[in-house]
Amino acid sequence: MSMKMNHVEHVADLARLQLTREELERFSTQLSHILTYMEELNAVDTAGIPGTASVVASDATALREDEVQPSLSQEQALSNAPEAVDGLFQVPQIISDR
Amino acid sequence: MPAVAAGCRFFLHTQARFTSMSLVKWTLKELQDRFTRGDVSAVEIVRAYFLRISVVESKVKAYITLNDKEATLSQAEALDHALSAWRKTEPMMAMPIAVKDNICTENLPTTCGSRMLGNFVPPYSATVVDALRAQQCFLIGKTNLDEFGMGSSTEYSAFGASRNPWKLSRVPGGSSGGSAAAVAADECVAALGTDTGGSIRQPAACCGVVGLKPTYGRVSRYGLIAFASSLDQIGPITKDVMDAALLLNVLAGRDPRDSTSADKPVPDFTRAFKKKDVKKLKIGVPLEFFAEGLDPEVYDAVGEALAVLEDLGGAIEEVSLPHTGVAVATYYIVATAEASSNLARYDGVKYGFRAKERSDLMEMYRATRQEGFGPEVKRRIMLGTYALSSGYYDAYYAKAQAVRTLIREEFGRVFQDVDVLVTPVMPTPAFQLGEKIEDPLQMYLSDLYTISASLAGIPAMSLPCGFSRQGLPIGMQILGRPFEEDVVLRAARAYELATDWRKKRPLIR
Repeated sequence: MSMKMNHVEHVADLARLQLTREELERFSTQLSHILTYMEELNAVDTAGIPGTASVVASDATALREDEVQPSLSQEQALSNAPEAVDGLFQVPQIISDR
Repeated sequence: MPAVAAGCRFFLHTQARFTSMSLVKWTLKELQDRFTRGDVSAVEIVRAYFLRISVVESKVKAYITLNDKEATLSQAEALDHALSAWRKTEPMMAMPIAVKDNICTENLPTTCGSRMLGNFVPPYSATVVDALRAQQCFLIGKTNLDEFGMGSSTEYSAFGASRNPWKLSRVPGGSSGGSAAAVAADECVAALGTDTGGSIRQPAACCGVVGLKPTYGRVSRYGLIAFASSLDQIGPITKDVMDAALLLNVLAGRDPRDSTSADKPVPDFTRAFKKKDVKKLKIGVPLEFFAEGLDPEVYDAVGEALAVLEDLGGAIEEVSLPHTGVAVATYYIVATAEASSNLARYDGVKYGFRAKERSDLMEMYRATRQEGFGPEVKRRIMLGTYALSSGYYDAYYAKAQAVRTLIREEFGRVFQDVDVLVTPVMPTPAFQLGEKIEDPLQMYLSDLYTISASLAGIPAMSLPCGFSRQGLPIGMQILGRPFEEDVVLRAARAYELATDWRKKRPLIR
């Protein structure tokens, strides 16, 4: 399976990665190489075989009661924020002024 | 000259009991016993380890962050003072433990070896760290790793590669390479690693130490920064098998904060060592793990180890795990898919790095992730995003999940016949720094023997079983049934006691 440049660009866009031209070219080659290797899975007959998402049985992962429990303070939660203002995370403007 | 005289007396006094250089060579068990008896103080332990670190760390580069020496010494003084009145100690009290830098430690930076988390100081600790701190251990520092645990050599760390204490031109393995190197170089008495596809076992093998990946669910993942959530496990990296059991005793157990942690009874794992042999134990040798591509020196070392286990009363039996050959492909789809999802959280908003670019929110995300992640992380995010993307999901992700079922079922069948499996850990001894960095597929293939146990979620242990002609450690792997760490430990300890590999220590130069 070869991965064409425009396809690599599309995947990078889905992953929110702003790759350089050089990275796009390198990944196009490397990912094609890796995906070709992964084609060996096609030789395995998996008809009717359910997938394993987790080795833990879903009934074993009981949910706790939905009760309020102690958690991080607002100050702690914001302590690593690159930018914060008035006790909130700050991001670039997403709604225009007019 | 009173000052000199006092110094002399102190020196003679310590020399009579032990030296700082011999203290750091003790196993966790030895250090615990001597501390409990009062033969060694907490201050002496802390001084000896920080001295050792000051001598070898510039060569080994095992740590990303060292804990503050003076603060740790104050902690040790307080402990010694308290103990002068009250002798009872917890097992991990005063033990200098290193923690892989993808496990959250409150008020101590946790970087994941990534620029993305280069300035991240967690406001809380992982459950395993809380358990260790509750017993008043010393967190000596945070160890190096491949960025977010993605790699087999530590070369993908944003803070530079660690070195193999046995030969500094070789990799220590990865991704828990810093933890394995720190244990091998006596820069801590034991360490925590994490294993997603071999990241505890492979570096342990490279560095000639013991590494145990517990059953998935045996140890809480709360506070472990996620790479692939269905595979990640925390486990011990130690100087010997006894120490692995002692550390696992503290780590294991159900945690309400991790819904995938298992509600199973936790035995005292050292009880597994009551039997010093492997009589009546059926040991399977999966033929696919000894096929083409295995270095002859590794083949011979593991073969000789099997002969030792047979002498100890084990019944050796050949078995087959036919899907072993497709485990690497399966793993690199499942793990990268989960990683692409887990790493979506790094958006420059809540914590970590943010790029200067700020024309709009989307550009800020894209620039932040471009500048914050290194090459291997980007490659795996790309691979995982592709495997999950519309039109390819069934061909890659769904297919890999189905093959994972087959791999798991295959282990289940084999474990109806045998109690443990013995295999190599990696196809070759530790490779050269730089040898595989430009060829990701070759790097992935070095995980061939460790990956299937991760996919199946079973316990797997790496322990030394010899050395190559070049003096590099060789590891053997013992796999067991889910939640039968005790059986794996028993076989490993019997082998360890019958051989002398653990007594060989690296000369760091």
